[in-house]
Amino acid sequence: MPIRKRPNHGYPGRLIVVEGVDGSGKSTQLSLLRCWLEEQGLPVYFTEWNSSPLVKTATKRAKKARRLTPTTFSLIHACDFADRYERMILPHLQAGYYVLSDRYIYTAYARDAARGCAPDWVRNAYRFAAAPDLAFYFTAPLEVSLGRILFGRPDLKYHEAGMDLGLSIDPVDSFRLFQGMIKEQYDRMSRGEGFVEIDATRPIPEQQAEVRAIVAHTVLAYDRSGQSSGEVDC
Amino acid sequence: MRTWRWYGKGLPYVKETEWPGHLVVIEGADGAGRSTQVSRLRTYLERRGYAVDETGLKRSSLLAKTIARAKPGNLLGRTTLNLLYATDLADQMENQIIPALRAGLVVLADRYVYTLMARALVRGAEQTWLEGLFGFALVPDVVLYLKTEPGERLRRHLAKNRTLDYWESGADLGLAADRFTSFLRYQELLQEWYDRLAQRYGFVSIDGSGSMEAVQERVRSNVQALLEE
Repeated sequence: MPIRKRPNHGYPGRLIVVEGVDGSGKSTQLSLLRCWLEEQGLPVYFTEWNSSPLVKTATKRAKKARRLTPTTFSLIHACDFADRYERMILPHLQAGYYVLSDRYIYTAYARDAARGCAPDWVRNAYRFAAAPDLAFYFTAPLEVSLGRILFGRPDLKYHEAGMDLGLSIDPVDSFRLFQGMIKEQYDRMSRGEGFVEIDATRPIPEQQAEVRAIVAHTVLAYDRSGQSSGEVDC
Repeated sequence: MRTWRWYGKGLPYVKETEWPGHLVVIEGADGAGRSTQVSRLRTYLERRGYAVDETGLKRSSLLAKTIARAKPGNLLGRTTLNLLYATDLADQMENQIIPALRAGLVVLADRYVYTLMARALVRGAEQTWLEGLFGFALVPDVVLYLKTEPGERLRRHLAKNRTLDYWESGADLGLAADRFTSFLRYQELLQEWYDRLAQRYGFVSIDGSGSMEAVQERVRSNVQALLEE
């Protein structure tokens, strides 16, 4: 069991994020974790990538018109994230919530680097964001995650398939290559960012049991040990 | 033809940066007479046979509308607003400024990264964060900084609009209970940052309090010198 230090963001809330390539099953795992935390009566706030109502329209329009470059692609997602961060994530952290984020800054690090932005430029752009208390990285061999996506949903969107990178004119081919590049970025940052890796090839309940155990032994444990301002009642 | 430089990391996927055009930035707070000077300079240059393109803030087709929609209600956090303006400028950089420089045009920028930085710095943003963020911006040929006193700008503002604008008064900062005092305080704070940025980025300061013709004369002579280099 990985032992993690107390987080240094300094807010009474806790921030738990999930990362991984499309088809790694991270969203499923996060929603199961959410149920579990809510059943314990803990205050939970859930947020996901690319969902700020204000920025979403512009992003959609720009994607449709295919007018984004790697830099503006990166920045417009940073806008979306910042809007959610300033208006939702941060206030909930300050108010002592368990904030669950389906994708966080690492998604931007991985995708934007794959698109050709300078990695430290991307990191700087997101410097305002609090470091998570726990960052789960769901890992699986590429063929497994690709199989899950390509089996059920062959209709890939242009940017989702990384078509803007000009890797291949075939969306499925392009998607494979692009996902491979993103996985490489995740793998490369995993250690340095202190990701907790979860083997995403195992059965869903097994993974969830591991996720819950880690949350219980780290985030919930140091909250219960009286170092936190929030009372945990379970 | 010269090789262009970026302020920071630049656009790593833009490999070749030998372009024949020119980038002239006109900076200064609102009410310093920027737009008038830009439009007169444009006419002057076009008469002399230079092709001119204009750029500025909040003018990208990508985000101008989003910013305009969000600003009036003060719906946005400061970091979000900073990032939206950066995105707007990046979009113009790649889709307008660079193509124009490639084609040999003189690009006149009615404000650039410096105003965005000054506004953000007054509101407590970290300078190193901003410098990194705006690393995609090209280093212009020259920055002409129209310097005026806050009181002068206030008079011009009132004469033109009959009212003091919410953002130009820095009303979001809660500096004073009334608009008039808030405007002056905010503009003084802004001025301090412009002055610091002027040092750091080597602005050419032009006294903006003179007559419009006198200011234009100085603007032209600076640009002319540049074009004849």
